[in-house]
Amino acid sequence: MKTPASTAPLQPAAPEILPPRKTKQLAGWLVLIAVLIVCSIRTKVTPYQLITGLPQMGSLLREMFPPDWSYLPTIWAPMMETVQIAILGTTLGGLLAIPVALLSASNLQVSRWISLPCRMILNLVRTIPDLLFAAIFVAVFGIGPFAGMLALVFFSFGIIAKLTFEAIEAIDPGPLEAMTAVGANRMQIIRFGVVPQALPYFMSYLLYTFEVNIRAAAVLGLVGAGGIGLLLDRALGLFRYDRASIIILLTLVIVLVIDYGSTIIRRKLL
Amino acid sequence: MIEFDNVSKVYPNGTVGLRNINLTIKEGELVVIVGLSGAGKSTFLRSINRLTDISSGEIRVNGKSVTHAAGSQLRHIRRDIGMIFQSFNLIKRSTVVRNVLSGRVGYHSTLRTMLGWFPKEDVALSLDALQRVNIREKAYVRADQLSGGQQQRVSIARALAQEASVILADEPVASLDPLTTRQVMDDLQRINREMNITTVINLHFIDLAREYATRIIGLRAGEVVFDGTPAEATDEAFAEIYGRPALQDELLGGA
Repeated sequence: MKTPASTAPLQPAAPEILPPRKTKQLAGWLVLIAVLIVCSIRTKVTPYQLITGLPQMGSLLREMFPPDWSYLPTIWAPMMETVQIAILGTTLGGLLAIPVALLSASNLQVSRWISLPCRMILNLVRTIPDLLFAAIFVAVFGIGPFAGMLALVFFSFGIIAKLTFEAIEAIDPGPLEAMTAVGANRMQIIRFGVVPQALPYFMSYLLYTFEVNIRAAAVLGLVGAGGIGLLLDRALGLFRYDRASIIILLTLVIVLVIDYGSTIIRRKLL
Repeated sequence: MIEFDNVSKVYPNGTVGLRNINLTIKEGELVVIVGLSGAGKSTFLRSINRLTDISSGEIRVNGKSVTHAAGSQLRHIRRDIGMIFQSFNLIKRSTVVRNVLSGRVGYHSTLRTMLGWFPKEDVALSLDALQRVNIREKAYVRADQLSGGQQQRVSIARALAQEASVILADEPVASLDPLTTRQVMDDLQRINREMNITTVINLHFIDLAREYATRIIGLRAGEVVFDGTPAEATDEAFAEIYGRPALQDELLGGA
């Protein structure tokens, strides 16, 4: 329905509305620049080092070419081991993340006595870098892929659980209410109200973490946790930069393939 | 049958949702609740299946106290009450039949429902429910592929699959256009008549209320200020419920 035109006399002209001042924005930029300068001075990290180091960089690159193609058969098996470590670590970490994500979400009426400790654990796990996990597990379980796999379980668990519980908190509460009204119990509400909504996000995070884990698994060998990193460490130690470059190239190819694959799957999921 | 005994609801912030309500809705009635927004219509409806807790008094559905029920007792009462929401509240990514089947979870063990194994009879019942609202052919389409009116009919089918004896509908047509509004209201009326399901609907279109209801209850500031037949619900009566004459946008018009 249209409102009839107002017959009241026109209001006196309102004061002209000016755009907000840009002083705040400018101050923000100045603070950022000041912080950068202070950090650079305190740590003695200056562009000067970049300039003096560049020739060194050039000679290193020259030594990397041509890559040692004959090394490819030797690194194939450890590379596959790296991928397998990543698959196991991501999957187990993702499975562990499901219950913790559900218990951490604030919209599922879990007691605070459970959800707060769960979130604490998540924050704690995420403060520990993957290499530190690997070093700890190498010390406990000895050198080998098992320690690397375990490191990735914890690393993936931290990422996936955190992202998933935030996704759960953002789901539409309507279907949960509908399931409550239908007479469903807590588990049934989760199964029919939460899971269908959160599953695509969970899968997407799982794939993303898998990509990250391939890269992480490639360096785990540096601390003796199996995979391609061991050979990379050896090649660098022996100044065989031609071998290091073939390892890097192969890793790049694998990461690109997985990246491409998971992008396609993620697009279908969401 | 739904009975309200001295029911009051005061929200924690002091807002009065319901004030001393005493009434009985008999089996097979199609009751339309009218009132301004904030008059307590939603609170009234949601307190029947206890999506909202009341502060004092007692509500009984088919003789069983909703107010004093807990745990599986409450879930069994809820299983018997279908609910239809303004925003449909379907799982958009699931198929239509899956959504209707979700109305059956209250009848099965947790383990069985976790695995998603519904008996053949449940599937047949769900397809039958979809047939009743004329969207049987959409059974295996994803719910988000459907129009608003179709989605609302899926949620009616979900209530039918529950084999509910009471259907509550909270502004079921507020997000639909006039044509689909009539289709959905026709469905609700037909189900109410054919299956003798007690139906309580919140509406803000007063002409729809007069057209479909067998009884109209008017709420104002949480109190029942009108309770009568559509014939008794004159323009003056509505002016009394609303505290002012009805506006043009409170009429759906057309038909």
